Amino acid sequence: MKKQAVGQSMDRVDGRLKVTGTARYFADHQPEGMLYAALVCSPVSSGRITAIDAAKALRAPGVADVVSHLNAPPVPGYKADNPNPKQGLKIFYDDRIYSNGQPVAIVVANTLERAVHAASLVKVTYAQEVHKTDMDENMGQAFQHKNMKDYLRGEADAWKKAPVHLEAEYNIPIEVHNPMELAGIIAHWETPDQLTVYAKTQGVKSVQQTLKTLFQLPESQITVHSRFVGGAFGMGLRIWPMEVATILAAKKIRKPVKLVITRKDMFTLVGYRPAARQRIGIGATTDGKLTGITHEAVANTSPYEDFTEAIVNMSRMMYACPNVNTRYQLVPLNLSTPVWMRGPGEATGAFALESAIDELAHQLKMDPLQLRILNHADTDPEKHLPYSSKYLKEAYEMGAAKIGWQQRSQTPGQLQENGWLVGYGMSSGVFSAGRGRATASATLKADGTLVIRSAAADIGPGTATAMVQIAADATGIDAKKIEFLLGESAYPEAPRQGGSSTVSTVGSAVNDVCRSLQQKLGEMASAGIPAFKGVKAENIQHEDGQLVAGNTRLDYAALLQLQQLPELTVTTTSQAGDERKHYAMYSFSVHFTKVHVHPATGVVRIKHIVSVADSGTVVNTKTARSQMIGGVVGGIGMALTEEALIDHRYGRYVNNNYADYHVPVNADTPPTDVLFINKKDPVINPMGAKGMGEIALIGFAAAVSNAVFNATGKRVRDLPITPDKLI
Amino acid sequence: MNQFSYVRPASQQAAIDALTKDKSARFIAGGTNLLDLMKNGVVAPEKLVDINRLPLKSITLNNNTLHIGALTLNSEVAAHTLVTTRHPLLSQALLAGASQQLRNMATTGGNMMQRTRCSYFYDITMPCNKRTPGSGCSAIGGINRMHAIFGASDQCIAVHPSDMCIALAALDATVLVAGPKGNRRIPFGEFHRLPGNTPDKDNNLGKGELITGIDIPASPFTQNIYYLKVRDRASYAFALVSVAAALDISNNTIRSARLAMGGVAHKPWRLHEAEKALIGKTPTIENFRIAATVATQSARTYKHNAFKVPMAQNSLVTALSKAAAV
Ligand SMILES: Cc1cc2nc3c(=O)[nH]c(=O)nc-3n(C[C@H](O)[C@H](O)[C@H](O)COP(=O)(O)OP(=O)(O)OC[C@H]3O[C@@H](n4cnc5c(N)ncnc54)[C@H](O)[C@@H]3O)c2cc1C
Ligand code: SF4
Repeated sequence: MKKQAVGQSMDRVDGRLKVTGTARYFADHQPEGMLYAALVCSPVSSGRITAIDAAKALRAPGVADVVSHLNAPPVPGYKADNPNPKQGLKIFYDDRIYSNGQPVAIVVANTLERAVHAASLVKVTYAQEVHKTDMDENMGQAFQHKNMKDYLRGEADAWKKAPVHLEAEYNIPIEVHNPMELAGIIAHWETPDQLTVYAKTQGVKSVQQTLKTLFQLPESQITVHSRFVGGAFGMGLRIWPMEVATILAAKKIRKPVKLVITRKDMFTLVGYRPAARQRIGIGATTDGKLTGITHEAVANTSPYEDFTEAIVNMSRMMYACPNVNTRYQLVPLNLSTPVWMRGPGEATGAFALESAIDELAHQLKMDPLQLRILNHADTDPEKHLPYSSKYLKEAYEMGAAKIGWQQRSQTPGQLQENGWLVGYGMSSGVFSAGRGRATASATLKADGTLVIRSAAADIGPGTATAMVQIAADATGIDAKKIEFLLGESAYPEAPRQGGSSTVSTVGSAVNDVCRSLQQKLGEMASAGIPAFKGVKAENIQHEDGQLVAGNTRLDYAALLQLQQLPELTVTTTSQAGDERKHYAMYSFSVHFTKVHVHPATGVVRIKHIVSVADSGTVVNTKTARSQMIGGVVGGIGMALTEEALIDHRYGRYVNNNYADYHVPVNADTPPTDVLFINKKDPVINPMGAKGMGEIALIGFAAAVSNAVFNATGKRVRDLPITPDKLI
Repeated sequence: MNQFSYVRPASQQAAIDALTKDKSARFIAGGTNLLDLMKNGVVAPEKLVDINRLPLKSITLNNNTLHIGALTLNSEVAAHTLVTTRHPLLSQALLAGASQQLRNMATTGGNMMQRTRCSYFYDITMPCNKRTPGSGCSAIGGINRMHAIFGASDQCIAVHPSDMCIALAALDATVLVAGPKGNRRIPFGEFHRLPGNTPDKDNNLGKGELITGIDIPASPFTQNIYYLKVRDRASYAFALVSVAAALDISNNTIRSARLAMGGVAHKPWRLHEAEKALIGKTPTIENFRIAATVATQSARTYKHNAFKVPMAQNSLVTALSKAAAV
């Protein structure tokens, strides 16, 4: 038997394409006759457009058109008025301005430079109205979304009665999506009712569905290409108004149009992690048994859409605590709609919960690791179900050993190295391990190669590589002979790449389609190949890409050749059964950090990171490690550097560029040890792989703030922990 | 961005003429600041005068004075042995600035001429006296965490963003200038300005004047020096506060001292009083604290930048301790 491919540290199948610049991202495409677009965006945060004077822009060299609500082709889907008033921003629909940076016109020209210049010549006048962008000033507007009900287990606010308890507020600012690749789209109406787009998306099928609704076209007339994505982290989970604007411009001009937005517009056009104000009350017995947790969160949304995520959910299920109540509310602000950002709401909530646990441990004079172990949930306290698999205690142990947790001093401010204060911190993270529904096709060719297709996405984790490994094990065909194709709406249905579920969902479909293929090959052999005559299909074995019955062996490829078939395709849909009724399924992570804090300048430097993932089978140790490190870097940004600043007088971002909005750089990123439990989950899917993308980040910020407290005795509850907060 | 013409004169005189003739013309060197300003619509020159062909790229020693041509790259200056041995403070300051890629483009003259990083200056939708005199200063009532604590006016509270210039201010450099009226030499401390009522003017360079280079006199500051930069991320961020500290110590006594700060004022902020307070003293933390208190006496803060005063004091003490190795 061949060596198993799953679990190997296989190089990315598209690595060479990426490092040689051969991989074509959305903006690299160039349909014949393509024009370039630039946006005109509102400098006003609320009000109405009273006039648009495009005359000067239209006279500028190379300009094809200026499209706005005054002249845009109608979007048929907007007409079907939904009783829900909050149905998102209808671009170029009317004169209303809801937020600063909202696109008000799109200028199309024959070069990018000409489009950008002409956009600066469009004169828009506004009737300005009062806007609200300050979260703290508008807390009174908080409301509860219908999907986000209060949760109560046991007694509400039981923490207040606990002998040891505390209440604290934890704040995070808006964090903006800033992957290297900018957002945008190429829109091409091949005929007046045949639309092709090159998108930056986490789900080609989801884009197709949205466009189908908006433009009321059959699915067969909408093609979405998105083979390579230069980082998305959640911003590609939906289609954005400026993409619709580009499609409208292309429709009006009858030429393909490309839009790539500016770095500045990344702050206002592609969602963001919403700002959140959280209050935690937590109490325990004097020996550290949790008796009550209350977690209340308020996060911002836009005026025209309610964005909700799972901010308070971790507090319900992470620890064995009899009394828990949570509440989650939204405040609408004159900002664009937030969107999931890696680790999404769970990362926001984990900062609060895992900081509060650390604060409680300090009050109890107890090691925070011990406190967590003491309150470990052996079964899911929310769903009252056993876990499909949970190795959190092992993860705590492995991480503690690797970071040297025993060197930590229980009393803060005790350790120094070269004039820097030294602190150790830890936290845990958890994220639901999902499995959705996906379809894959497998095409075996007479030359022995296998091509598997599914409309999945790869925003960076190395999806195609993992799928090839899964297919190699399922079929016994050498990984080098297998290709996995994704990112085309014409491929069999797959969900968006989000919520750490691609390996589980699409991987299962790949596994299952390979099994179907083998079954089909067995049937063909049994029915048509003399050597297998009389052997029932189900009794034919499969080994290393061969059909085996007793001493008879036949290559899959030879079977096709004998049958004079150039290729054979089977398609299979795969989905979870009712496992979820019987098991609670989660991935867990544990983060440990060692930090230095400069006592004079307040500068924090993370010196060592250990992150442990309990995510079931690790399909590819190399890409999984990269995945974890990527999450950690996102976590460093959340903990130490990232904060989108708004001047509330204007409702406008003031640090909307890479120089002033500080995404962590290499110098911020210390040696990072990634450890895997790497034990198969027996329930979730055939591979036993749970998700990893989100847990890499969830909890990390608390591991840093807890370490900073351990170093200095100062508790920073407002992220990011910049030097001024420690001075 | 507007359409503009582009010329690449071969001689210094031609460059100066090209600039003098055209009101909105600008020199362009590395372009790392000017292009961003143009793309943001902060400036819209009708002509760019590319000076990269001029013979101003050199590092030479003449009579003990180090001369650095205006077009010498930040990365070249930082790595040159004449700099690392004679003025290591300058090398340290340069290496604390921007990123290697930017330093490979940025020139000595361009670095001195870089504009403030005040966000409101870069965003033409919001008022800014430096960009549009008389329109108002958005930073005073807005987000001013990065802004000045020394020498600001009620017209502008921006800071000069350079690291290199902080070291040059401490090292008493001289700026060499050629212009329509001939050549002149400007002491470094008189090159940049405070905002006063003319925040649009960053420095005292006249119309059509070209920086040809800088001279740095020989100094005893080769050993006990330190450039400390406090910033929000470990690399590739502007200073919240920076300190250039240089000490001449013999027999455990400070013979002379140079101190300048960045991120705190509209110009590199030389601390003459604090320097005086150190002379004749022993290099101790206690004495550094006294100097730091003297240094920050005239500080005035705004809504978000009050932290800069203790940070400045602590940074001064830290940089001096590092310089003195105590
Ligand atoms: C993202 C980013 C981060 C940065 N971080 C830092 C930092 O941490 N620390 C720091 O110190 N700097 C930093 N910088 C600024 C950088 O140092 C400057 O942009 C650079 O030094 C400018 O030099 P240049 O040759 O590219 O100038 P240019 O952009 O070519 O010119 C700038 C100005 O100087 C004028 N000029 C150029 N040469 C002459 C001359 N010889 N005579 C007269 N006028 C002249 C030009 O007309 C123009 O007005 C950063 C820049 C960026 C973009
Ligand atoms: S501080 Fe100066 S540069 Fe900034 S807004 Fe005020 S006037 Fe403009």
